[in-house]
Amino acid sequence: MRTVDLATQTVRDLNQALHDQAKQCTETEWEVLNPKGQHNLAVGLDQKLKVDIKGHAGYYCGGMNKEADIVVHGSAGQGVAENMMSGSVRVKGNASSSAGATSIGGLLVIEGDAGSRCGISMKGSDIVVTGNVGHMSCFMGQAGTLVVCGDAGDALGDSLYEVHIYVKGEVKSLGADCIAKEMRDEHIEELSEVLKRAGVDEDPHAFKRYGSARQLYNFKVDNASAY
Amino acid sequence: MSEKTKYITELRESATFDRSTMAEIRRAADTGIYDIRGWGAKRKLPHFDDLLFLGASMSRYPLEGYREKCNTQVTLGTRFAKKPIVIETPVTIAGMSFGALSANAKEALGRGASAVGTSTTTGDGGMTPEERGQSTKLVYQYLPSRYGMNPDDLRKADAIEVVLGQGAKPGGGGMLLGQKITERVAKMRTLPMGVDQRSACRHPDWTGPDDLAIKILELREITDWQVPIYIKVGATRTYYDVKLAVKAGADVIVVDGMQGGTAATQEVFIEHVGIPTMAAIPQAVQALQEMGMHRKVQLIVSGGIRNGADVAKCMALGADAVAIGTAALIALGCNDPKYDEEFKAIGSAAGFYDDYHEGKDPAGISTQDPELSKRLDPVEGGRRLANYLRVLTMEAQTLARACGKNDMRHLEPEDLVALTVESAAMARVPLAGTNWIPGANNY
Ligand SMILES: Cc1cc2nc3c(=O)[nH]c(=O)nc-3n(C[C@H](O)[C@H](O)[C@H](O)COP(=O)(O)O)c2cc1C
Repeated sequence: MRTVDLATQTVRDLNQALHDQAKQCTETEWEVLNPKGQHNLAVGLDQKLKVDIKGHAGYYCGGMNKEADIVVHGSAGQGVAENMMSGSVRVKGNASSSAGATSIGGLLVIEGDAGSRCGISMKGSDIVVTGNVGHMSCFMGQAGTLVVCGDAGDALGDSLYEVHIYVKGEVKSLGADCIAKEMRDEHIEELSEVLKRAGVDEDPHAFKRYGSARQLYNFKVDNASAY
Repeated sequence: MSEKTKYITELRESATFDRSTMAEIRRAADTGIYDIRGWGAKRKLPHFDDLLFLGASMSRYPLEGYREKCNTQVTLGTRFAKKPIVIETPVTIAGMSFGALSANAKEALGRGASAVGTSTTTGDGGMTPEERGQSTKLVYQYLPSRYGMNPDDLRKADAIEVVLGQGAKPGGGGMLLGQKITERVAKMRTLPMGVDQRSACRHPDWTGPDDLAIKILELREITDWQVPIYIKVGATRTYYDVKLAVKAGADVIVVDGMQGGTAATQEVFIEHVGIPTMAAIPQAVQALQEMGMHRKVQLIVSGGIRNGADVAKCMALGADAVAIGTAALIALGCNDPKYDEEFKAIGSAAGFYDDYHEGKDPAGISTQDPELSKRLDPVEGGRRLANYLRVLTMEAQTLARACGKNDMRHLEPEDLVALTVESAAMARVPLAGTNWIPGANNY
């Protein structure tokens, strides 16, 4: 295992060392000490690495990740795992706004709560939040699944495209064009699989499903008040 | 003849409610939706035609047209990037999305730009192999929608342009209507086919300049500080925006004036938001100069640039380079009179066509229709664009030499005068024949 101590090394040193593994992989297990909320930790990885960040991370931790499995042993700032392609990011604490924004693939697990706009414009990833999510979560979400084991704030799934949203707790309000939908067998199956992959022990039958009513897909004058 | 009509010698049209205003009211009443179109502002605006070069005579020394060099090469991204972009002419191709434009059009833009050693830019919707393949210098746009955005393409880019806005619609997001969302476009954007696709107007994971500074660092970290990072803004509060862009860490700032083209925007937005390109440049340059960053952070200006005179005037006002959109499309064949009959058949005419969003362009440029797209041969289109870019460059050089400059970037505001009081005030150069710059020195 290789250790990078951010008390003595820079974020640039860390990222460059991790990027070098994409060309030639010499070390798969990495530990980052003293992150102290610094931004842009372990961004743009492109290799099957295991990276343990021992503390809190700032903005964009794990941003654009491909293949690597990153664990933040603390909380994460804005835009954790933004635009992730594959691999996984697990946050042991809470995550700030825009967690998993625009993420295309991979798995993001937040063991605490996530702030506003969790899963905004997500494009195919799976996001599992053990706690609650803030307002405007999954705004313009395009594809993938968002699983919330706690409650969701205002305007969940506003202007939603095709993300499957599963919430166990209360939803404060639904955004424009987002509706509650029937939970069919295929959804129970999908949710069970995502929960299992996330290592979260919840009964899929306790969740409700939300999705797009697809009424805003093409402009209709009668919907003018929703635009 | 009635008592009244006996006195009427001429029918009088209302200046306020003229025929096109009335037609728009009827159209709105019929359809219940605002008018959406492409192109840029069509109203008359103070523009570069209102400026003139003084040229050399007794007090200035001109350069010989064919013998004495006038440098047109510009290096972009000298502030932080390990690999700045070197362009051989200060005219670049602006970001226009695949989706709005056909794959052949994107390829033609790449071919034309590469032939003269300048850069092209992707657009909303991601990078296509056609344009990466044909563009030796490709700027990758990073937009609020992040459609098609991925780290592999990011790492293939020669520069990254963080788009905050466009001159045609500062403060607005994008739209690509269902007609143009073909299978390929839908797949690149991860959207169902045929939906009216809206692009967000704000980035999803940052708000404000302090966040943007961190975002830019993220992009630099991901690309190992190799490539320049641009920030593109629509021209509005340009003085402040440019200062904030410098503070956020931009290598290059792109300011797009209100004449700037678009693929699809509400008419009300195109015609009523933003400031003219000419008015934006002095604001941007002032901001850079006050920060000691003029020429260190390069300034690219776009919006309504048509000929070498426009290029030279932008540079005299302090820009390092310009970008063109609409003019490049016209060079490829957009609005070509040879398709007049077909333009008429879809309710327009050659020279007037602006319904890019409908995807029916007879010239095969702003369309995803495979049959129409075939009409644009990317090799021939590329050749035409290269020709046009060479003319722009030679014209701009001609003017620079006439002002005694052996480098395009030696042109200066002192070389210019204005024809109208308003252009003098906006461009901050004196009214021709006077030393009056309205607003300067408190008068
Ligand atoms: C068809 C078309 C598509 C465009 N797409 C984009 C885009 O995706 N992103 C962007 O930042 N600007 C886009 N623009 C604006 C151009 O980048 C540029 O700012 C503008 O065209 C410059 O003005 P000009 O057309 O007068 O040269 C588009 C413009 C046109 C005409």
